[in-house]
Parts: sequence; structure tokens; C-alpha cells
Amino acid sequence: MTEALDRGAAQRPLLSLRDINVTFGGVRALKNVSFEVLPGEVHCLAGENGSGKSTLIKVITGVYRPEPGAVIEYGGETYTHMSPVTAQAAGIQVIWQDLALFPEMSVAENIAFQTVVGRRPRLVDYGRMREAATAALKRLGVTLDVDRPLKDFPIAQRQIVAIARALVGEARIVFMDEPTASLTQSETDCLLDIVRTLSASGVAVVFVSHRLAEVLEISSRLTVLRDGALVGVYPTEGMTQSRITELMTGKMFDQTVRARPMEGRPVVLEVDRLTRAGLFEDISFTVRQGETLAITGLLGAGRTELALALFGMLRPTSGSIRLEGRPVRFSSNRDAIRAGIAYLSEDRLSLGLIQPQSIADNLVMASYDRLLTGGLLSERRKRDLVADWIRRLAVKIGRQEDAISTLSGGNQQRVAIAKWLATNPKLLILDSPTVGVDVGARAGIFDIVAKLAAEGLAIILITDEVPEAYFNADRVLHMANGRMANWFDPRATALADIEAAVYA
Amino acid sequence: MNAAVTPARATLGARLKALVGPEMAGPVLAFVAVVVVFSLVSPQFLSRATFGAVGFQLPELGLLTLAMLLPVLTGGLNLAITFTANISGLTVAWILHANGGLEAPMPVFALACLAAIAVGASTGVVMGLVIAYTRAHPILVSLSMMIFLRGLGEFLTRGGDVSGFPSYVQPIGHGTLVGLPVPLLIFIGCVLAWHVLLTRTKLGFNTFMIGSNIEAARYSGVNTRKVLVLVYTLSGAMCAIAGIIMLARFNSVRVGHGESYLLITVLACFLGGVNPFGGFGRVIPVFVALVVLQLLSSGLNLVGANQHLATAVWGILLITVMVLRWVAGRIGPFKPGKG
Repeated sequence: MTEALDRGAAQRPLLSLRDINVTFGGVRALKNVSFEVLPGEVHCLAGENGSGKSTLIKVITGVYRPEPGAVIEYGGETYTHMSPVTAQAAGIQVIWQDLALFPEMSVAENIAFQTVVGRRPRLVDYGRMREAATAALKRLGVTLDVDRPLKDFPIAQRQIVAIARALVGEARIVFMDEPTASLTQSETDCLLDIVRTLSASGVAVVFVSHRLAEVLEISSRLTVLRDGALVGVYPTEGMTQSRITELMTGKMFDQTVRARPMEGRPVVLEVDRLTRAGLFEDISFTVRQGETLAITGLLGAGRTELALALFGMLRPTSGSIRLEGRPVRFSSNRDAIRAGIAYLSEDRLSLGLIQPQSIADNLVMASYDRLLTGGLLSERRKRDLVADWIRRLAVKIGRQEDAISTLSGGNQQRVAIAKWLATNPKLLILDSPTVGVDVGARAGIFDIVAKLAAEGLAIILITDEVPEAYFNADRVLHMANGRMANWFDPRATALADIEAAVYA
Repeated sequence: MNAAVTPARATLGARLKALVGPEMAGPVLAFVAVVVVFSLVSPQFLSRATFGAVGFQLPELGLLTLAMLLPVLTGGLNLAITFTANISGLTVAWILHANGGLEAPMPVFALACLAAIAVGASTGVVMGLVIAYTRAHPILVSLSMMIFLRGLGEFLTRGGDVSGFPSYVQPIGHGTLVGLPVPLLIFIGCVLAWHVLLTRTKLGFNTFMIGSNIEAARYSGVNTRKVLVLVYTLSGAMCAIAGIIMLARFNSVRVGHGESYLLITVLACFLGGVNPFGGFGRVIPVFVALVVLQLLSSGLNLVGANQHLATAVWGILLITVMVLRWVAGRIGPFKPGKG
């Protein structure tokens, strides 16, 4: 028995929920869920999208009311449901993924505006707001210019401002929804330090994250939900990433290295000393037919910029690109697409797909010319093309006309891949294809990648998750600070060695 | 029972739905309401006279609305439509005057129309280029163009009318062909052209994509600048056609003619279910919405109401439609939360 559980047995929980049921129009979002948080602990709430994590947080913060029979105990009081006002007054704070801050207002105003709301006289005391804001930041061990508007700061600092705001609200328990999703590795480390500081000062933190490595690093206990039901509560000590994945999905994933030898196959892409001043420098590599080359490295290593240069959206300052032996120079991504290069954006929500538009329109967007006869669209050809790709990539959809935003992350990504395959590419660049995709659906995406490679497509896989690169690529290029750092062969190197090099 | 019939019906229903789309509900409802109410109030409402009035009055507002529609679909706006129409009308007037005035031969008029369309299109080219390359907001760009055109037009005409055209110009505004008003035929032709453009061509497809998310469209290989320039060019050309019709109807051109239509074109688009932020909208519902507005105005006229009151009633209709849409959205399917 581990220390964490012993402590749990000895200590009275700060927050305890039992028999929580929530139904939305016939769909049971939570089924008899119970959940406990100890004072000052870092607790992770894990589960795939749709498993009920957000719903549970919304029950705790009073946004949703559970069905009768629910018991919520918090700070010695018992409730049948919370309301947003009681939750806030009792020190329950949530930092949503979008942070809900005011970009135009100053840091001080963002942190401390609640302290002046509802007080009399109804005047804004800027001096007191600044004091409160500075004090909250100091508790986190951070100094920021509190008079500058929030929009001047990068996302990592905004996150800190959101945490400071929670502290001003006298938080006893803070929920963080995917706090590291848009942070670089060093920013993440900094955030994890702040979480430890919070926890040490007696504030409990409930961490919701897809990144299992962080979960293991920061939290002492883990609650896993699947399909709205509780799977169990576990100490993180002794847990592994694959065990958590198993608990979340209820499936076993045995990963094997897919790398194969590629020598002798025709070269599709040859990049020679490609440089874009300030972004990447002296990049040389080849990708062969049927080969999957992974490019890994930390965020900001120049990977996406390199991809954009290959895709014609960023002009290289020197060096050359050859496609099937012929030198190419693109003046826009339209040239690149025509030449047979496809690029799946890392930002599926705002660049990869047009969220409000239909599945069909998103799918045909890059290959629309192929549907025209005499300049006019053939509806039948469009429907057939879409149906064909939906079937080939096993995308789960309702109707072709539904908005793409109605699909899950994994299915959206399949449509995005289909969009590019419809352009009949020679080289497919996949930039972080599993961001925002459930653990269970990731395997499906990589099965597609493997199949495409087997059919002869050259693939560049960009990812900051080293295991993805290790298990799915034939070779792994490690980039750091815009330069090539190392080459790895997954058949000859251990995963741990690559991880050590990349995360060093 | 009827198990064998249901699928066939469903496809027919789906096809019908695909043809008219959900945007059609608002305008059609308003259409039915207007027709029912006025035919109860006034026995003359369902008559040839009403049809004639609508047929002759609809095209001016209608053509300007078509000119507004394309920029609105890209998430923009063209505030210069009425003055572009005026300047294009002036182009025709001057060319006619310089070549014989009342005696100007028909080929001159044809050339003058082409020149007017070129002038209208070129205002669009300028706006499109500025919007596409500087990413300045379309409201500001088209507002600047509107002020420029108004100032230029007033300077050149000294604020007066230009009139006196050959007699064969009149039928374009007042004549009938096989019993139908000529301006209505021209308008319907333009509606069909816009419908085909938006549903069957690459430019139309890209217009919607850009309207929803211009950056994502660019990442998918859409030439966003070209699309924007073409959209504003076509908008300008459509203004020119409206300007020619206005010239024929009033038998004169004055800078400021039709100025009050500007905001009504925007509202007609929204009444026709066009998304005010771009990306969604169809031509046919907008056409029905225009017919409703015109029927309402003609009906009020028939029962002896003041013309200004008619404008006020348009406002009330538009507000009612917005509220009804909100209500319809509320009673729609309940959306479950995400986990």
C-alpha cells in the first residue's frame, strides 16, 4: 500500500461526491459517479473526450444540477447540488482551457476585479486591485508587470494570471482543464512548479490533462472515468502511461516498432541545407517512397516552420528542395499542392478544417477542381467522392451535410487526412496529427498512416510526443533550436534514449 | 405499414430540403403571412396591378441586394453599392449625351452599358485589392469608396440630374415582354446567375469557405486574395446593372438615387437567412425575402397607408423574424454537454 493511499485513509476529504447522476436528453452523461479530493493534494481526473470529466466539474461548480439522491460534501457541509455562487464563495475555482480572461484589461484588473465587484461604495479602487494582484502573483513566486494589458503576454503567462485570479478568490480547490495543451515544455515545467507551490500552501489542485507523462509527474492520485462511469481511483505511484491508457479506453494497445529498411527505394523528397533565417538552419534529409520520417523536438524547434517551407507557405532564404529529382520553388501552397505535397496543419480547429462548414465541403476543399465539368460542379461526383473517402478511412459520420464540428477529434482528423489524400499527393506532411485526439482514436490514425505508407506514400510525421515518432516512423529526426540535432533508428535505439535526448 | 414507401419519401423530402434549405422557412412563412393578411384586408391585393407594381419596383432593390450578398457571404460588406450604381448610370448618361443625346443610336447605348459595367466592376476591383492585400476591414474600405464616389459624382453633376435619353431606353425600365416586366426579367436572370455561381462554381464554393475561416481556406490552397477581388468585382458589376435599370426607370440619373436602399439590402440578406458573419446563405431565400418586402410595401400602399409607414413596417418585420429565429433555435433539439 502506498503512502498516498494511507494518507487518504487518515485524512478527511475536502470535497466528496457520491451517487452523481446527470442525464442530457436521454443520454446519461454521469452514472453513479463518486469523487473525492483531499486538502492540498494534486489529483488528476483522467478520461477520454465524452467520458464525463467536464460534466463532473460542472456539477461541482454548480453549472449542472445532478439528479436527486446525489450527496456533495464540501468543507464540512452537505449539499444536494451546488450553485455557481455558493461554489465560488466556498473557494471552488475553475481555470477553463480558454481561461476566460479579458485581453484588453491590465493584469491587475484581470486578477483582482472580483474583489471590487459588489462592494460599496461602487467605485473601483485601483490601488487595492494592484495590491491584491501583486500579492497573489507573489504567492505563486512570479513577478509580472501588473499594469500592462494582458494581451501583451504569451499564453503561458496568461495561464498564471488565471491561477492568480483563482487565489484572489480565496481558492481552496482549483480545477485546471487541460492547462498545458498550448504550452511549450519549459512553460509546462514552470506551470507544474506553480501547481506544486499551490499544493504546498494547502490548495488542492484537480488536474485534467491528456498528457499522461505530466499526470504521472504531478499528481498523487488519479480518478479515471470512462463513458460517464467511474473506473476507479488509483495512486499514481507505480502507474505507467500504458496502464492509464488501458483504464481510460478499456482496451489493450500493444505497440510495436513499425520501422523497416528503406534503402534502395526511389527518393521522393530531397531537402538540401534548407534555411530560413531565424527559424531553421541547414536542414538536409531525404524521404523515400513508402517511408515515414518523423521529425520530433520541443515546441518552437522550427518543425512547423520547416513544414510550411516545404508546403510553399514560407519562403526559404537558402538551400534547395527537390521533388522526385526535380528542383522545385513554390510561390504559394497552391504550387506545392499541384506538385504533390500535402500538409495537415497542427491546428485542426482554426487552420486545418473549417469548423462550421459541412463534412463534405471540408473534404473536397483542396481538390475541388476535380469535381468540375466545364467549370460547373457535379453534385453527384462530389457526393460519390466524399462517400468513397468516408468509407476508405472508416470515418464515423451522420450525414455528409453535417458540420465538421459535430464529429469527434479523431473523426475530424480522418476527414482532414482524406481532404489531402483527395489531392493525390506524393508527400504527406502530418503536423501533430493526434493533438486533441483521444488516446483510443490515436491508434486508428496511425493505422491509416501505416496503410498509406504501405501503398507507397512518402510521409513526414511531425510530433512532440517521442513515443509516437518512435513507434510509427522508419527514421526519427530530432530538431532543436531550428537545427538538426540527431538521427535515430527506432530499430537500433531504445525509446528512453530518444526521450532523454529530446527532453534534455 | 408503408415500409416500402417511406425511404422514397425520405429521399424526396431530403432532396426538397437540399434544394430550398432551412433558411427558406423564415421568408416563406413571412410570404404566406403577408399574402394572407393583405388578401383578407383588401380584395384588390391578389390582382394583376399588385403583381405589376411588385414586378417593376422589386428589381432596383433586388439587384442592389444581389450586389450586397456576395461580400456579406465572405464576412464583409459593400457600402458603396448605391453610389457605384449612380456612377455607372452616369457613365451611360454621359456616353449617350456625347454621342447624340436623344438621337444616340442603339449600338452606342450597348457600348455605354458595357462601359458602365466596367466602371462598376473597377470600383469593386479597387476595393477587393485593398481588402485582400491590406486586410483592412471591408466596412472601412467600402465606406471610403462610397464617400469617394458620392463626392466625385456630386462634383461632376453639381448635385443635379442628368436626363434626356433616347426613347428605346425607356422599355428597360417600364416595358413588358411576354406579359412580364422587363426589369423583373433582368432581375430574375441575375438571380439565376448568382444561384449558379454560388452553388455550382469554384468561386462560389470558395466564397463560403472564406466567409467561415479565411486562414483555414488559405491553408487548403484557396487563392483567398483572388476570391476576394473577384467577389467585390462582381458586386460592383451587379451595381452597374442596377444603375442602368434605375436610369431607365427614372429616365434620369442623380447621385443619391436609391441611397435609402443601402441598409435595406443588408437586412434583406439577413431576412433571407444569410449569416451576418459570412459563410452561409442562399440566393433563392433572399429572392423570396425581397418579394415579401415588396409585397408588404405594395399592400400597405393599396390600403392607403403612408409610404414612410411602409418603411417602418419593414423594420418591424425584420425584428420579428430575428426574434422568431431565436425562438425556433430555443425549441430546437436540446444539445447535450461535452464530457
